[in-house]
Amino acid sequence: MNGTNITPSRGERWLDALAPAPAGAESGPVRARDADLDGEAARLIAVVPDPRNRFARATDNVVGLEQGWLLARAVRAVLDADRAADVKRPIVAIVDVKSQAYGRREELLGIHLACAAAVDAYASARLAGHPVIALIVGPAMSGAYLAHGYQANRIVALDAPGTAVHAMGKEAAARVTRRSVESLDSLGDTVLPMSYKMSAYAKLGLLHELIQGVDADAPSAGDIERVRASLGAAVKDARGGPPDLSSRLTSADAKRTRAASVEVRRRMRAQWDS
Amino acid sequence: MTTQESFLARHSFIEMTARERAHALLDAGTYRELLGPFDKLESPWLAMQSIVCQSDDGAVIARGSLGGEPAVIAAIEPAFQGGSIGEVSGAKIAAALELALGEIEAGHPIRPVILFETGGVRLQEANLGLAAIAEIQAAIVALRRHVPVVGVIGGMVGCFGGMSLAAALCTGLVMTRQARLGMNGPEVIEQEAGVAELDASDRRLIWSMIGGEERVAVGLADTLVEDDTAQVRDAVLAAFGRGVPAQHRSEDVDGFIERLARVNPDDIDPDTLRTLWTGAGGQNR
Repeated sequence: MNGTNITPSRGERWLDALAPAPAGAESGPVRARDADLDGEAARLIAVVPDPRNRFARATDNVVGLEQGWLLARAVRAVLDADRAADVKRPIVAIVDVKSQAYGRREELLGIHLACAAAVDAYASARLAGHPVIALIVGPAMSGAYLAHGYQANRIVALDAPGTAVHAMGKEAAARVTRRSVESLDSLGDTVLPMSYKMSAYAKLGLLHELIQGVDADAPSAGDIERVRASLGAAVKDARGGPPDLSSRLTSADAKRTRAASVEVRRRMRAQWDS
Repeated sequence: MTTQESFLARHSFIEMTARERAHALLDAGTYRELLGPFDKLESPWLAMQSIVCQSDDGAVIARGSLGGEPAVIAAIEPAFQGGSIGEVSGAKIAAALELALGEIEAGHPIRPVILFETGGVRLQEANLGLAAIAEIQAAIVALRRHVPVVGVIGGMVGCFGGMSLAAALCTGLVMTRQARLGMNGPEVIEQEAGVAELDASDRRLIWSMIGGEERVAVGLADTLVEDDTAQVRDAVLAAFGRGVPAQHRSEDVDGFIERLARVNPDDIDPDTLRTLWTGAGGQNR
């Protein structure tokens, strides 16, 4: 809805699909809207391309300086509004972020703090009792995903072309680790955390649900209702558990693939007081 | 003392290993390492890629006392894989902070310290390093509501990637002049955005932007220290002495949005930023 003919990003499409556009005009790279989930109002937050952003390295669906601080503001608005409420509103991060913004100004002006502010806001909302859900509909890359989604109590993802979680883009990772893109792909088949496939990420035990068979680019009405129902179920599940990230270590997949993460905690606890 | 004498009297923090650093900061005779090298908890993923493991995976967790109070220090070893965070090293840091929170919730005091020296995620363990960093961040946010979480960036690796966000979440951040703090390393920026955006070989420019002196001057870190172990220790103790602030730096959303609005992206450099952001944060905020 930015007045141009640019194809909306995945994040925008899913925001539009799940939440009606507000009466007034929206602007800027961070959008927050209310949607109905299972009969209750939830706040949906998305990072969208911002062609006119004054920081030239942050015009795409990336997390830059303004994106980080505006995410923090959007999340804290819900936190503040519900401070006295007995039941805290669910917050859904719609994740479609290619990367953090790479630039000289970004570093000088503290993009690390801007992203940390978003991390802080999401984590604080979770600790305050808000069910925080991440819905991955596109790339969820590296620092951008840390800032927008990775502090969620529950993570759900679409298993569709174009969705991926990773620490670095494939081409850059190939350069840094001195491998070819092809060898990086085949490595991902044996070394699970290296994989760029969403199905491999699901095996790490970090996901609450991998939603299959949904058209991520042009969702049907049925697709949208399925995702809405999954979000509602994730909210319910989050409310039934502790407000920390411990569910990422207790699933059957986590016990298998993140066995070392579980073992480190077990043995450190045993040595803590001895 | 002459300048030369005071320099010689210093005990370099930078030149120490992670284990030596943790040892030097804790009160004498109180150091006790958890999950040390003899526990042999190594990365399950590096061996699969024919990379030699280290028996502590590059993270040293030590309990002891600091200024007479119980403490836990998580120290990252820069000499192993550039201080990168893998599944095991990340889980060790997260677990130490989670157990520290357990102490607080049980009514026991504890002083958590993180010694950062890291390029961020270990790319050979990619998604599990990233997941561990999210858990470290979650633990810092939960813990610092009760007690200051103090971070030190000694150098020379610096603190980058997802761990730069973890550093930014710390209540107090101590840096040397040699230390750098940034989200994206200069080489990564040059590769992604081109040499016209940033020349990664221009060391003077890099340090003027993201070095300890600039970070403290503009309020993105709290205390600048010389490369001297006694100064680092004093700064850490002082950070605990200040207690939990009414507002952490990462909570000052309106303040930083306003500061950002003062910046003209087409005309900004490290010196200009110092005039724009002086007093933005730091020790006295």
